Amino acid sequence: MLAYIVRRVLYAIPILIGVNLITFALFFIVNTPDDMARMQLGAKRVTPEAIEKWKAERGYNLPLMWNEKAEGAGRITQTIFVQKSVRLFLLDFGYSEDKRDIASEIRTRMWPSLALAIPVFVLGLVVCVSFALLMAFFRATYLDFWGVVLCVAMMSISALFYIIGGQYLFSKVWHLVPISGYAGGLDAAKFVILPVLIGVVGGIGGSSRWYRTLFLEEIGKDYVRTARAKGLAESVVMFRHVLRNALIPILTGVVVVIPLLFLGSLLAESFFGIPGLGSYTIDAIQAQDFAVVRSMVFIGSVFYIVGLILTDISYTVVDPRIRFE
Amino acid sequence: MPYVLPSDVLVWLLVAATAAYGWYCRRQVHLSVPWGRVFRSPAAVASAVVLGAYLAIGLLDSLHFRPALPAKPGATDTAYSSEVLSVLDLGLAQLRGRAEKTYSAPLATRSFAKEQMELPGGKQGRDFPRLRFGGAHLQAEADWAEDVARRVLAGFAVAALAFVALAFLIRRLKRRRPEIPWNAALVTIGVLLFLAGPATALSEHYHVLGTDKVGQDVFYLALKSIRTSLVIGTVTTLVLLPVGIGLGTMAGYFRGWVDDVIQYVYTTLNSIPGVLLIAAAVLMMQVVIERNADWFTLAAQRADVRLLVLCAILGLTSWTGLARLLRGETLKLSQLEYIQAAHAFGVRDTRILARHILPNVSHIVIIAMVMDFSGLVLAEAVLSYVGVGVDPSTNSFGTMINAARMEMSREPVVWWALATAFTFMFALVLAANLFADAVRDGFDPRVRM
Repeated sequence: MLAYIVRRVLYAIPILIGVNLITFALFFIVNTPDDMARMQLGAKRVTPEAIEKWKAERGYNLPLMWNEKAEGAGRITQTIFVQKSVRLFLLDFGYSEDKRDIASEIRTRMWPSLALAIPVFVLGLVVCVSFALLMAFFRATYLDFWGVVLCVAMMSISALFYIIGGQYLFSKVWHLVPISGYAGGLDAAKFVILPVLIGVVGGIGGSSRWYRTLFLEEIGKDYVRTARAKGLAESVVMFRHVLRNALIPILTGVVVVIPLLFLGSLLAESFFGIPGLGSYTIDAIQAQDFAVVRSMVFIGSVFYIVGLILTDISYTVVDPRIRFE
Repeated sequence: MPYVLPSDVLVWLLVAATAAYGWYCRRQVHLSVPWGRVFRSPAAVASAVVLGAYLAIGLLDSLHFRPALPAKPGATDTAYSSEVLSVLDLGLAQLRGRAEKTYSAPLATRSFAKEQMELPGGKQGRDFPRLRFGGAHLQAEADWAEDVARRVLAGFAVAALAFVALAFLIRRLKRRRPEIPWNAALVTIGVLLFLAGPATALSEHYHVLGTDKVGQDVFYLALKSIRTSLVIGTVTTLVLLPVGIGLGTMAGYFRGWVDDVIQYVYTTLNSIPGVLLIAAAVLMMQVVIERNADWFTLAAQRADVRLLVLCAILGLTSWTGLARLLRGETLKLSQLEYIQAAHAFGVRDTRILARHILPNVSHIVIIAMVMDFSGLVLAEAVLSYVGVGVDPSTNSFGTMINAARMEMSREPVVWWALATAFTFMFALVLAANLFADAVRDGFDPRVRM
């Protein structure tokens, strides 16, 4: 087991290097720092001096991969590749356009993101599994049919609609919760409750329908027929046998997103003014703050790879049939 | 002067390819049977009608030209406008040309915002001015309700006539192909007709769905947005398919180091969160376009190239799912006896891939294609909101939503632009989802009875 985990972690390293190379290529080779400077400074203020100054302030005035002027190891280290890309591995993200330390910014913004993402994740899972179980329990009845219709309809509605519609109804018409904003501590609840509700509702369609097929697949298996033949009540069959076995693919399927919860939700956070990592990313994209976007890409892939490893481990935990050699 | 935008070429190529595929399917039993199964489902037929209506509008919007400017005295050759119009614009000329000053509610005769004007008593004051075009033909505003009702009824009458004519046509078709649920098609066409009839009749003198901030007709904007959605949903798969199919089948067939490399590439791409990768790529594309502004002679051309590059980026970031599915399926297939027999006969690898593997994974490709469509249409709206979507000058549901979302805080609420964009998008995505379900049921061997 331990050996397996170590091997998986080692396997993650080339992937992270690949991610790093892709971001490096996207941010520094497709576009030279000069282009970025021009974009940031705006067409009016572009002079060669201004570009040089902009680059020097951000440490973009080094050569890309090989520094001829430096001595010894500095030929490799005094380059944009090492200073900007390789240092991401040390979790050194540098500074954003407004001269703030990105790493400390991430540490503080992580908590509001989690305050929103964890309830959405947990509640969403409970609601979707219950709804799917209900549909599977009443399979091939009108309830099941209209449940699936409802799911397809809800899947077809844009996430933006849930957010804008919910905000309008709950905050503007009914005045139940503030339209947007955030506060620390327990006060966060009143700001977070609506985005959580919207997040859960928005996810019902796709997930419930998918879980329903998993339940139905499980119901068709032989051991379920045996359980019924023994004379077990349908509810016992559903809860003790079908639910527990169908939860294996459901749980292992959602494990991958757990680390990604740290990154928060782009849309909900920016609409509700929650100062999490999602709104941080979206602001950075809109302000074309390349340093922040680059850091978020890197962190996102680290979390995804952690999620993949957790998925593999969770397989062994929930399903004793799977062993690693 | 006809003017061909790059995306027009791709759209018409896709139409030609689909037609060729349809013609090919008719002659191949193994393809015509599943498609026949698809069209036996009433939901599929109904959604196909809706998709067809959207497609017709999108195709009309894909025939572009540049109108000739009024000839200057003394000029020998005609000058052409820098504005690129489509055939759809010709049909909707009256909608396009009749811009108000700012917001106005659906079917309104007066503007949404007060303005300094001369009041009936001759005094100066602030009031809601009459619209320039919406209901301008009315002598007295009191006639408004009667006029609207008259036009709606006229619209219904025309729709009813068309519906009856179609009903007869469909009854004849029903006799020839009884297995297809023609009634579902008829009902859907009926609904569309009864929506389109009054809308057309009213749009002659009103803004059926109101106007937006700069006074453009929202109905016109929604119709123009359809093409963008369709292009994103289809051209993206055009990029995604060759990459996904090629790499997926190769990884599953050759195994060994080829498999390792391909798996490494798609795990790496997959591990970057989708929105961020797209955002990073689009930001970079913006810089490139900014730097090379002289590549494009027209603004429309630039917006169009941006749309296509967005499709390419979406395609290149989302082929991984398909590749993984195909790899798994190819792994399974290449163990089967007939592939081993082909090996034993000395058939070359490329030929085995093309003749034996590809046809047997094609159902996965078709299912993935129709399933991706609705997701892409929804993604466009989100990306445009984030600011990495289509060019702001391109009409799309995303840009419509983005422009209108701040107006929910106004009093009274400007709801019509948002509602229109969401409704048009919902109808398209719902139809696509239902159709995709039917295609999956028709093609997936596991659900075959």
